[in-house]
Amino acid sequence: MTTPETWRRSARAIAEDVRAGRLAVEAAAEAGFEAPAARWERDVHAILSTDRGARARAAAEAPKQAALSGVPVLLKDNLCTVDHPTTCGSRVLGEWRSPYDATVVARLRQSGAVVVGKGNMDEFAMGSSTEFSAFGPTRNPYDLARVPGGSSGGPAAAVAYGLVPLALGSDTGGSVRQPAAFCGVLGLKPTYGRLSRYGLVAFGSSLDQVGIFARHVGDVADAYRVLAHRDPFDASMREGPAPDVSTWDAGVRDLRFGWPANLWREGVDEAIVAALERAAGWLERAGAKRVPFEFLPGTFAVATYYLLATAEASSNLARFDGVRYGLRARSDELTTLYAHTRGEGFGPEVRRRILLGTYALSAGYHDEYYLKAQRARTRIVREYAAAFARCDVMLLPATPSLAFKLGEKTDDPLAMYLSDVFTIGANLAGIPGLSVPMGLAAGGLPVAVQLLGPADGEPRLLQAARALEAEGRSDLIPRGYEREFAWPGK
Amino acid sequence: MALSRAEAARIAELARLHVDDSELDRLAIELSNVLDFAATLNELELADEPLTAFAPADSPLRIDGPDGRTLDVHLATANAPEAEAGFFLVPPVVEDLEP
Repeated sequence: MTTPETWRRSARAIAEDVRAGRLAVEAAAEAGFEAPAARWERDVHAILSTDRGARARAAAEAPKQAALSGVPVLLKDNLCTVDHPTTCGSRVLGEWRSPYDATVVARLRQSGAVVVGKGNMDEFAMGSSTEFSAFGPTRNPYDLARVPGGSSGGPAAAVAYGLVPLALGSDTGGSVRQPAAFCGVLGLKPTYGRLSRYGLVAFGSSLDQVGIFARHVGDVADAYRVLAHRDPFDASMREGPAPDVSTWDAGVRDLRFGWPANLWREGVDEAIVAALERAAGWLERAGAKRVPFEFLPGTFAVATYYLLATAEASSNLARFDGVRYGLRARSDELTTLYAHTRGEGFGPEVRRRILLGTYALSAGYHDEYYLKAQRARTRIVREYAAAFARCDVMLLPATPSLAFKLGEKTDDPLAMYLSDVFTIGANLAGIPGLSVPMGLAAGGLPVAVQLLGPADGEPRLLQAARALEAEGRSDLIPRGYEREFAWPGK
Repeated sequence: MALSRAEAARIAELARLHVDDSELDRLAIELSNVLDFAATLNELELADEPLTAFAPADSPLRIDGPDGRTLDVHLATANAPEAEAGFFLVPPVVEDLEP
């Protein structure tokens, strides 16, 4: 039986009830697909694929006494699943079905979670608004004229409107943290090499990391504990055990948080600057100490990123050639078959990035672009190392603006790229970052801050986020839900 | 740095990506804009910086043997646009072979 409250509860509360026999897994998995949450999907379009039969089978197979028993999860559609298509938001994959589950997906299932479907995304995770999905955009649940951010816009929006308490995305330059900020939910990009990338369709392999969306800090910690394990199928994983995040609620007494205020002296929405001040005040009141310093402007990280990520993408996406899977253009000649398959199958942003990356790697330009960007990356890694010698976490914006309007940046690639100016550095440096919702701005849109930490700094990020959550929970009442929805956790 | 139409066409050829002639001018401008922006890296003094060695010092190795997760040939070709008897089909690559 579905309790009316199930869809709005935390993953932790759902799993507790399932383990205690108070809630059936099937009911927990269906809760977000019934009223009132269900009506939001028609407007928001967070889901690319789901079906009741697959959900029922997944629920029946889910272990009933595990960490995430009965917790419904939506997956970004670049995570391979055997029971749903995996499109990457692209036409080029056609009707492709993965013959295996991604390791993170397998771990979720072993831990009792129920995969309820696949979430919308910018094609191959290239974009910051989910408008570059080949299957139509996702809209922001707080304002349907605005984007949910991207590229993991579907999973972020689904957690925001109540379809699921937990979702997975991928973050190559901010694709978890930026949509989390736009949709008013938590979004964690873990340390590079802590979550397996096996079965995550590759974009920029030295930058890609699977990320976690949730509405509660405790749910992020629970999911991280389930997912952060070595995988023999991913040779880029970090040595040694993952950091222990069971201390997520241990407080922030004596935590030193970096305050690089030069980064938001101009070009950042005033609601975000106000949220940063509010967050700093709350952290100080909880016993943390502010450490002001200057930091390298994020524009250098954006410039570095759009050479390296596109170079890696041009190589990774070479496999979509019409031979082994997906779309195939008709041709009697192999090279033409490749070129036309790719020309027809890829959308505008993916084409731009493949061409840019091909150029950055091509003879005569490799030194000027690719190698220079590699050197710049080393500089950025050193900048973060110097900062984290002085503080435990950095507090900074997640985004320069609140959620922008659909169509606002689709014709200006550079403007779209610059919306990732605060998130990209963490991918270049391989460090963890967490978007933390800070309530709603005056116009009713979510406003957020970001926390960054050194490699394996996840426990401190979660502790700081928890301190903000404890203060800020009452601020989070989503637009449109005022009557029927008190933000979960009450 | 302004990319010419011919350069844009050459890159598309290298990328095995068909681009309509009508799109080349716009693409050249869009790519040039991003490359101009990337030139901001010249403001950093980078000559002495090493190239990022991002991989772990020691790559983890596993036993070099089948582990039971080998993809069955029919499963591997199940998604192919054209396949026959466990092979991917492509247009002829080498023609007119004399015996």
